[in-house]
Amino acid sequence: MKKLVKYSDAIRFGFEYLLSNYQEVFTIGQGLWSPWYVGNSMKELEVKFGKHRIIDSPVSEAGITGAAIGASLCGYRPIVIHPRMDFMILAADQIVNQAAKWSHMLGGRSNPKITIRSVINRGGEQGAQHSQALHAWYAHIPGLRVVMPATVQDARDLLISSVLCDDPVIYIDDRWLYEREEEISDIEIVDLKNIKPKILKNGSDLTLVSSGYSTLLCLETAEKLKNENIHCDVIDMRVINPLDVNIILESVKRTKKLCVVDGGWAACGLAGEIIASVVESIEPNVLTHKPVRITLPWAPAPMSRSLEKIYYPDVNYIHNKIKTNFINK
Amino acid sequence: MSFVSDLKGYVNPNYFTKPVNLFDFSKEFLIKLLKKMVLIRFIEEEIGNLILSSDIKCPCHLAIGQEAIAAGISENLTCKDKVFGNHRSHAHYLAMGGDIYQLIAEVFGKIDGCSLGMGGSMHIIDREKGFQGSVPIVGGTIPIAVGAALAAKFDKKNHIAVTFFGDGACEEGILHESLNFASAYDLPVLFVCENNLYSSHLDIKIRQPSDMVSRFAHAHKISSNVIDGNNIIEVVSQSKKMIEFIRKEQKPAFLEAVTYRWRGHVGPDENIDVGVRRSQKDLAAWKNRDPIKRLKEAMVENKSLTEISYKTIESDIRKEIHEYIASAKKSEFPPDENLKNLVYSA
Repeated sequence: MKKLVKYSDAIRFGFEYLLSNYQEVFTIGQGLWSPWYVGNSMKELEVKFGKHRIIDSPVSEAGITGAAIGASLCGYRPIVIHPRMDFMILAADQIVNQAAKWSHMLGGRSNPKITIRSVINRGGEQGAQHSQALHAWYAHIPGLRVVMPATVQDARDLLISSVLCDDPVIYIDDRWLYEREEEISDIEIVDLKNIKPKILKNGSDLTLVSSGYSTLLCLETAEKLKNENIHCDVIDMRVINPLDVNIILESVKRTKKLCVVDGGWAACGLAGEIIASVVESIEPNVLTHKPVRITLPWAPAPMSRSLEKIYYPDVNYIHNKIKTNFINK
Repeated sequence: MSFVSDLKGYVNPNYFTKPVNLFDFSKEFLIKLLKKMVLIRFIEEEIGNLILSSDIKCPCHLAIGQEAIAAGISENLTCKDKVFGNHRSHAHYLAMGGDIYQLIAEVFGKIDGCSLGMGGSMHIIDREKGFQGSVPIVGGTIPIAVGAALAAKFDKKNHIAVTFFGDGACEEGILHESLNFASAYDLPVLFVCENNLYSSHLDIKIRQPSDMVSRFAHAHKISSNVIDGNNIIEVVSQSKKMIEFIRKEQKPAFLEAVTYRWRGHVGPDENIDVGVRRSQKDLAAWKNRDPIKRLKEAMVENKSLTEISYKTIESDIRKEIHEYIASAKKSEFPPDENLKNLVYSA
């Protein structure tokens, strides 16, 4: 049965499902008993499931992430919460050196079954250390899986698939998506290994690829272009590590144009990686136009609202870029 | 720099050189301890020789001289407890009863190894025996052990977690996050610092204002104790008390065992030309504070061991290790497909 749900509530439904059905699931991180940190997405879970399973932790990103890894090696499926991705950098050793490597370097004898939920929380004049989208860093690391739900349904279902996966998974949601409302269907458990990028909108003129909040921008841009009789394939990556571009290859063979929108920086980033992975797998004459990536300007996030306005790409910016690079050319 | 040696006599190699007091431990138990330490030492010596002959290439951090700590503590643990190591963990693995052949094969990088030849000396594991893994990032397993203790607390089966680390790891911020969390949440974990006074080449004197690292436990309201890490009877007795306390009270504890490594930071070399204090004279003095010799001499004195029976113990262990080395040499390297097959769970 379909029902209308907000993105932030869908995340909470994912937690409720996991905590109700799997005794080995618990969650730990800063701010879990406070409304300030993760909005409505975990509201009152501690009331429903107890403070022993919803653990509001000391201010120790690395220590807490390591502890969750340790618990995951002993039969549990912890979900660590980093309410802002910037602060998660303090836990990078435990994520990159430990969680990602444990299986490989110990011959597959031990797998950290850990999910690390990290929130991209930008805007509002928060400045350079409260605004980063560092998903590409973690997509660079073999051994991690990285998911970025863009739709309300995925906000819930990718969380469930992440936690039930036996590998370390970075689940990245975006505060700018929390009010998004969509109809979602009943829960069906899908193995994360089988979750692939998805075409959310069909069109034959241009392939638009993105993940997370950028997917919402792409959907809105595609709607705007549709009014001008330009039809886009909008592909939502959903999983960015391991990267699977097969569906994009199929799409660009039809549209012959590729534009990738990403909420991170360009250098060594997700947009560049997607374009490279596509162009090295197709014949040189498939694309009629140079591929385009739309990313953040090469600067840390600014504070002042006037600079924030030019910093984050919006629908108009993406629309103009597409018109300039693909249509009026 | 203002350095104070709070460990005082513990760091003087000329103290604690006499045969150890055996109290009323049984002959069988003492022989078990002796064999365990000899096994660890001989494997480390053989690995050192195999590095010199270029048969073994991966970095090996040897624990010769430090055997009593792992050998003694493990006597108070079961395979259901969760033990985590570090870069120098052959002793921890072996003390828990980790498979000897699989350790040797692992150091050779062979498929028969405990980590299928994917880890080498620094990444070893034998989960069935309670040894949950070792990794070389300094302090890397400390929070992981704290998490294993959190799991043990949830399980309510009275198991504990143990993390072995060195004095260098006490300079990492992660130790302090881990001590704080373990203390604030009453987690059953034993922090064991094998304080061998050196981190790589550098003397603790020029790294910290005090050589007593258990002062950090005090700051986090964790009960702690300093012991002579080269006295296996003291290690067994003191760790027994602490482990019983952890199981009963469901609280962490911190054991600082003072010791000295005979070889360098990595490899078989003695590293006498590094640091500000490590001289040939110091090393010779510390070799006299040998945990094996001190146990053996006490046992000979109280007639629970003869020189002849000790020689038999040595030659039996040496022979066993040589057989394992011969087999490990014959074992295959990992198949190429394992490079990618082990990145994610099967």
